[in-house]
Amino acid sequence: MTETPLQGGPDATYFRYLEAGDWRIQKCTGCGTHVFQPRVMCPACAGDAFDWVAPSGGGTVYSTTIIRRRPERGGDYNVALIDLAEGVRMMSRVEGLAPDMVAIGLPVTARLVDDDGAKIVVFDPTGETS
Amino acid sequence: MSGTWELRGKTAIVGAATAHLGEAPGYSHLEIMADAARGALTDAGLTLADVDGLFAVSMHSVFPVLSFGEYLGIQPKVSDGTIVGGSSAVYQMLHAALALHHGLCDVALIVYGSNQRTASGKLHSPSGAENLPYEKPYGLRAPIAGYAMAAARHMHEYGTTREQLAEVAVAARMWAAMNEEAFDRAPLTVEDVLGARMVCDPLSVRDCCLVTDGGGAIVMTRADRAKDLAKPPVHLLSCAGGQTHRQISMMPDLTTTSAAECGPRAFAMAGLKPADVDVAQVYDAFTINAVILLEDLGFCPKGEGGRFVGDGRLRPGGGLPLNTYGGGLSCTHPGMLGIFTTIEAVRQLRGECGPRQVADAEIALAHGNGGMFAHESTALLGSGAAL
Ligand SMILES: [Zn+2]
Repeated sequence: MTETPLQGGPDATYFRYLEAGDWRIQKCTGCGTHVFQPRVMCPACAGDAFDWVAPSGGGTVYSTTIIRRRPERGGDYNVALIDLAEGVRMMSRVEGLAPDMVAIGLPVTARLVDDDGAKIVVFDPTGETS
Repeated sequence: MSGTWELRGKTAIVGAATAHLGEAPGYSHLEIMADAARGALTDAGLTLADVDGLFAVSMHSVFPVLSFGEYLGIQPKVSDGTIVGGSSAVYQMLHAALALHHGLCDVALIVYGSNQRTASGKLHSPSGAENLPYEKPYGLRAPIAGYAMAAARHMHEYGTTREQLAEVAVAARMWAAMNEEAFDRAPLTVEDVLGARMVCDPLSVRDCCLVTDGGGAIVMTRADRAKDLAKPPVHLLSCAGGQTHRQISMMPDLTTTSAAECGPRAFAMAGLKPADVDVAQVYDAFTINAVILLEDLGFCPKGEGGRFVGDGRLRPGGGLPLNTYGGGLSCTHPGMLGIFTTIEAVRQLRGECGPRQVADAEIALAHGNGGMFAHESTALLGSGAAL
């Protein structure tokens, strides 16, 4: 699964996969560490070779907040930090659940959605994924 | 004092001033900074012509030290615009001390200022235009939401309560009531904080700092020159900083900051321990800051911060005088608070604080915090008795 980007660095590669509906993150071929956000150099071993692997999609809410917003502007929404099963953390939103029901420790599953013209990764409570 | 910092006490703060705290409609950030600088130089009995080291940051300029040097009309030999968020001014004392000690400059001026309240009403910066593609799509309301997630995690891991967080704001308001410079001096109760409008759960608007205009400046020289100036010198006993991340999603542990490393390092450099601190100025952009930073600095064990602050200890007469000017929560918060934690430490050590003066203060801690717990810096300051 090691692929040479058509052009550009790991950031461009990440978003090229994502836009194709194929979410992938880096895995260091030297030490096996999953790496996110994308890097040219592994933070664990300084290696520079990576496979681009599809995450399992499973994760856990590490922390969460309700961003309070007036109803006429769209109402409250959630922002959360998700620990992926692969051992990396990312910012995202938990959807398919009221913001005040999103709790630390909640098992969640990834889903790609269109957001303002681009694909992004959001999460649903595991077992309730559409 | 073997094992302590070679530069312990070798440099000193000899001038300190605030300017335009609160609202300064029609003033630019450079004007606010210059008025703070003038005040600090006057306080020291020095003039602009004496300044050959300039340390300046702002949230309104890409090249803050260049803009401010140009505005003052000086051509310093040492220029430092290190931007590590609100931690900057505290951290720059380390750079200034090194430059002074090695003779690269003789008089260092450290300045911060902003007109963010009347000019925009928001915390903003040139870095706000920075592309953060892995966080931006999710609508993070920075910095509040980052600190909210740290608070949520601290509550989850350690049982910290909103009431305990609120106590930080209540104590700050009590100190502010004794400070003519403070922006909000109205009485505040724990119930007021809990019942206030929620911004990012679990933080209400009363868990959040003010948004004000204002500037601050300090002047530093070597200790040998400091003793002949207008005010008693406040000696820099140590200064240490550290960083862990830029984006909140990259913070290794939301309940532990780099202050857990640089705080103990600063105490070791000074040959001191937390129990030696007479008065502490710890960056309180949000109530959770004080709780986590007091743990990391060693005032209480990790996880005990909520219970530590929750018993009224931070209130006037409560045992640990914290943020005696009212802090970012009740005195002023023009975007970066580090210069103000330092100025209040200086004023306390000089005995200039009137009704809020901590009796016999000889050792003060000034702590800066930048980004969302991204950079921390700790300085220990002492009166002549501390040497
Ligand atoms: Zn590696």
